[in-house]
Amino acid sequence: MTSNPQKPSFKTDRSRLFKDRFAQFGITSGGVMVLVALLLIFFYLLYVVQPIFESAKVEKRVDIALSAEKRYFALGVEEQTEIAYLLDNTGQVDFYQVKGDGAGELVSTLQTKLDGQITSFAKSAPFLGQYAYGLDNGQVQILKPNFVVTFPGNQRVMKPRLGYPLAGQQLLVDEQQQALKKFAFSHYEDKTAVVALTADKRVIFASFAAEENMFTGELEWQVTRTELPIDGRIDDLLISPDTTRTFVRSANQIYIFDTRFADDVKQFQLLAANEENANLVSMALLAGANSLMLANDNGEVSQWFEVNTDAGREFAKIRAFDSDKSKHMKVHSEFYRRTFFTTTEKGELGVYYTTSEAELWRGKVADQAIDAFAISPRANAALLLTGNQVSVFEIHNEHPEVTWSALWQEVWYEGYPEPAYTWQSTSASDDFESKFSLVPISFGTIKAAFYAMLFAVPIALSAAIYTAYFMSSELRRVVKPTVEIMEALPTVILGFLAGLWLAPLIESHLPAIVALLLLLPLAILGTALGWTKLPKAIRHLVPDGWHSILLIPVVLLVGWVSFAMSDVIEGWMFGGNVRQYLTNELGLTFDQRNSLVVGIAMGFAVIPTIFSIAEDAVFSVPRHLSNGSLALGATQWQTLVRVVLLTASPGIFSAVMMGLGRAVGETMIVLMATGNTPIMDWSIFQGMRTLAANIAVEMPESEVGSSHYRILFLAAFVLFIFTFVFNTMAEFVRQQLREKYSSM
Amino acid sequence: MVRQWFKSGSPWIWMTGGAVSISLISVLGLLAMIAWKGLSFFWPSEVVEMHLQGSVQKQTVIGEIYDRELVPKSRLEATGLDFSNHPGEYIERLLVKTGNREYVELDFRWILSTDIQSQSKPAQIAVFERTKNGNFYGYVERVIRDGQVVTDNPVEALEEMVERAVELNDEALDLQNGEIGHINYELERLRLKERAYQLDDELTPEIIADLEAQRAALREEYKVLEKTLFELRNGAKRDEVVVRDMRGEEVTLPLYQVLDFWFPNDMGFFAKVGHYMSQIGKFISDDPREANTEGGVFPAIFGTVFMVMLMAVIVTPFGVVAAIYLHEYAAKNAVTKMIRIAVINLAGVPSIVYGVFGLGFFVYMLGGSIDALFYPEASPSPVFGTPGVIWSALTLAILTLPVVIVSTEEGLSRIPSTVRHGSLALGATKAETLWRIIIPMASPAIMTGLILAVARAAGEVAPLMLVGVVKMAPTLPLDGNFPYIHLDRKFMHLGFHIYDVGFQSPNVEAARPLVYATAFLLVTVIIALNITAIGIRNHLREKFRALEN
Repeated sequence: MTSNPQKPSFKTDRSRLFKDRFAQFGITSGGVMVLVALLLIFFYLLYVVQPIFESAKVEKRVDIALSAEKRYFALGVEEQTEIAYLLDNTGQVDFYQVKGDGAGELVSTLQTKLDGQITSFAKSAPFLGQYAYGLDNGQVQILKPNFVVTFPGNQRVMKPRLGYPLAGQQLLVDEQQQALKKFAFSHYEDKTAVVALTADKRVIFASFAAEENMFTGELEWQVTRTELPIDGRIDDLLISPDTTRTFVRSANQIYIFDTRFADDVKQFQLLAANEENANLVSMALLAGANSLMLANDNGEVSQWFEVNTDAGREFAKIRAFDSDKSKHMKVHSEFYRRTFFTTTEKGELGVYYTTSEAELWRGKVADQAIDAFAISPRANAALLLTGNQVSVFEIHNEHPEVTWSALWQEVWYEGYPEPAYTWQSTSASDDFESKFSLVPISFGTIKAAFYAMLFAVPIALSAAIYTAYFMSSELRRVVKPTVEIMEALPTVILGFLAGLWLAPLIESHLPAIVALLLLLPLAILGTALGWTKLPKAIRHLVPDGWHSILLIPVVLLVGWVSFAMSDVIEGWMFGGNVRQYLTNELGLTFDQRNSLVVGIAMGFAVIPTIFSIAEDAVFSVPRHLSNGSLALGATQWQTLVRVVLLTASPGIFSAVMMGLGRAVGETMIVLMATGNTPIMDWSIFQGMRTLAANIAVEMPESEVGSSHYRILFLAAFVLFIFTFVFNTMAEFVRQQLREKYSSM
Repeated sequence: MVRQWFKSGSPWIWMTGGAVSISLISVLGLLAMIAWKGLSFFWPSEVVEMHLQGSVQKQTVIGEIYDRELVPKSRLEATGLDFSNHPGEYIERLLVKTGNREYVELDFRWILSTDIQSQSKPAQIAVFERTKNGNFYGYVERVIRDGQVVTDNPVEALEEMVERAVELNDEALDLQNGEIGHINYELERLRLKERAYQLDDELTPEIIADLEAQRAALREEYKVLEKTLFELRNGAKRDEVVVRDMRGEEVTLPLYQVLDFWFPNDMGFFAKVGHYMSQIGKFISDDPREANTEGGVFPAIFGTVFMVMLMAVIVTPFGVVAAIYLHEYAAKNAVTKMIRIAVINLAGVPSIVYGVFGLGFFVYMLGGSIDALFYPEASPSPVFGTPGVIWSALTLAILTLPVVIVSTEEGLSRIPSTVRHGSLALGATKAETLWRIIIPMASPAIMTGLILAVARAAGEVAPLMLVGVVKMAPTLPLDGNFPYIHLDRKFMHLGFHIYDVGFQSPNVEAARPLVYATAFLLVTVIIALNITAIGIRNHLREKFRALEN
């Protein structure tokens, strides 16, 4: 071994360096990952919300050639959009595979049982999936193509069938057994009705009631027939699925009949419904059967529904959509939603949504006339019959009901007397028209925050000013944490107290609350004045900056007096019951859980936030500023108002912003202390529903991926952005202030 | 003089002082009220027997007086009652809890003091706490042991018999939840195993036979246990007590429904204190009964603590690493400053927004993917793709991350740079300085952040309503079945318990005292945590102030 004198080595051990690098890498990547995760909230919310603002897409899936000899009346498709069926003019139903490898294959052909020659054809409302042939003997046969699904060897196999909702019995519409030229029908639950035009130009409304024969168990039909008095040519016939309304179009006139009672059919209204300088070309009922869609030859499609007017219920024109100019335009509705489609003889297709007044898609999809059109039950595919070819289109139209205007503007919903802001997201029925106006719940949020701030800001700021500027320092050390500990109090407890203790208390002692508001300042002023009159010896017993401790018994006393007097005042001024007085004399509705309760409870939750930040701001105003002012002869109060508050004002602003941010997003208090009804009214005696409470109430029940779900995410996103912006503003102002102070 | 006084600004100073008084009164008053209402619930109140006649039929009412209020005479007269021979403007009205829910229409009723002909507090009135239908008030008439009337010191015998019945019931419950629950759990696991084999197309006859054998063994075991269970239950049904209630009718109470009984009017102060303590003990350690309106809150306490601990385990490392990165490694530029502001502001984002994020991202996206990858056999019922305790913990971890980051960073920035420089000058690497010097010095700050985070998480309810809390969880997230910790289970939470019992329960009046007690428990925990955090922070500030000088 060579003797190497020990030299001090300044080289760091490799492994230590490695560890250092490793730590740096680990911490940096970990830290960045955490920050990215926080960023993720923003992007994830956006990612969920974004699809509702996408417009519809229509893409061709496949073209299927049909045999050239056949003439088809109508077509349809089952729920999985795998097998389509076509009904032809001989009563045959052809089933074609329209998805996957076997697309274009004829699966089977079934023959409808018919007793008579086919003279006409009609289809039901889309969601019923029924079709009917009108015959030369005045009879109608209703059929419904359906599928038997089996799973041999874990493989789904669908076998087409023809079902007969009336067990194969044909309905005799015309007792004179004239051929039916045109007809419309509906068979839904226990209601069955047909309206038909016979060969000798009579229009017959026939209502069928099934009765089971007690002995044989067979169905027997009780038929009530009425001839409808209509002059002129008959173009279109329609019956609403529940058979309460029947529509007959004669050129530009729509005869509407009230057919609720089969033995008392009467004309409901006669509409001259064409647009100016245009003629009607077709009509259709929208899903839910409340709205009538009328197509004009100038391309306008108008929506009409019943509205309460001075003259009773009447169909009125609600809105119109611009579509393609066409003499043969047809309107088709979806199963459950308020989407409708227009097709023309030039191969043009239009997709619209009525509630949101949206034109979702328009384009040319074929080179020749579209003879028949069908939408799939899930509204994700459309089938077009053009000549002897069926074209299948994929339709991506998940959220037609959401547009900017539907969310934020007044919308005229079906059955409403006028356009309104309404939030009503769900209902029991499938064909419910969702009402997604964010206005009432945003209004509720602002209202709740407003009343909370009204209560919190004066108290919190005054208390902060006193604590920071006048209070003796030993007292301040106790008072500040005491108020701040409130910030940690779970809001669920505040909400519970507000809902179960404060709300009944306010209800029974409303005069006490008003009296407290009036008496408290007076009592404080009185005490202050009284204090100056006291002999100096007593006054000097209490050190400066202890006013608030002196005032505690005063406030308690005033509170006690107000509540003790409450019943007396109530009996004396309001006839013993303020609630009744408010409702009867002033016409105000009084909810037990109202804005006053929310204002106080939420104000309470906000006070510590505002107090803490504002107090810091005032307290850290450099002392030499106020000392200078005092030395120049200003009073304490003058110094406070002209020097200290002015300097601290950005900090106070930031405190209020932070408080507002908290009030806007508070959930539990509003949830528990209001009735959660989405109404728009500034009244302090009524409740509201806020964005946050709305999410808490409806989120657990909303279906993942639905428009409702995404709109709730949008509400969360709005809250996120709103509070984030406000807080950032406040934080920025505070940082500026800190720099300003440090330079003073 | 007064004008001058106003000009001096002194009245306004008093006004601001008044605001402080109002804040103080409301804070302290609120806490005092919760404490009073929550704690007084357990005190055995005296039971009054009242003979009524007047505006109501002649009858006897036995019950606890819950509340008193004064009603203006005019309002009562409006309902058609006559009070012409009563002086004064007001009439006192008492809210009486009569119990005996199955025999009377309402177990809480208002009684006008004018109707009370006479009232007394007989020492013999007993209160029975029951598993069903709430309390029962009445006189003990006969004690029946196994069909035989006990004549020799019946009260003592009753005490011993109630104890026996409670013990047997407990044993039966333990058996049911423990061993029988275990068998059911195992059966379900076998079903999932079989389904998994089936999905992989590996279900051979041998495996089927094996599974069948296991099943048969479990069923055999079950039969034995079931027999024991029925024996225990039947044993508990042996005794009963006959009680005369306020209608004067004799009612037989089977003892297996009785949890406890006492004679409130016959108790001395120390007996009452003892009873009070045992009631508090039961409240903390028992399961809830009767749609959460009676019994204890143990599962809610357990769920809250478990979820919060899980959250603490998740949030601490991430929060600390992020803070160290921001303070020690990130470049000191505008971007870092912006990130810092953004992190601070995330603390102000409404908690419900985190709930929405947790539901969408964790539950549906992450949970759904986990189910699709690892639990195809459970389909269509979700395992992790549904709200559960792990998602709640994760959501709250994200919610409280800013708290931990801000607090840790504050701690880091309080460490004087001289300490850091000293360490580096002595040749330590940055990592070593961090690990040996900085983190130990910052550890109280980390602790503070953690405590604040825990306090905030324990009180949050809104996001939990979306990501995992339920009103009644049949099983705890921790039990004796493999894998012992069930992160996918739903859990109960004190805050949600308050919301649920106070607002969703059918009998709010009966449940209200329980809600106050729960609220008091929650407030105590949270305020204690906060005070600890503040204490640590102040201590820390002092310490480093000393170091700087």
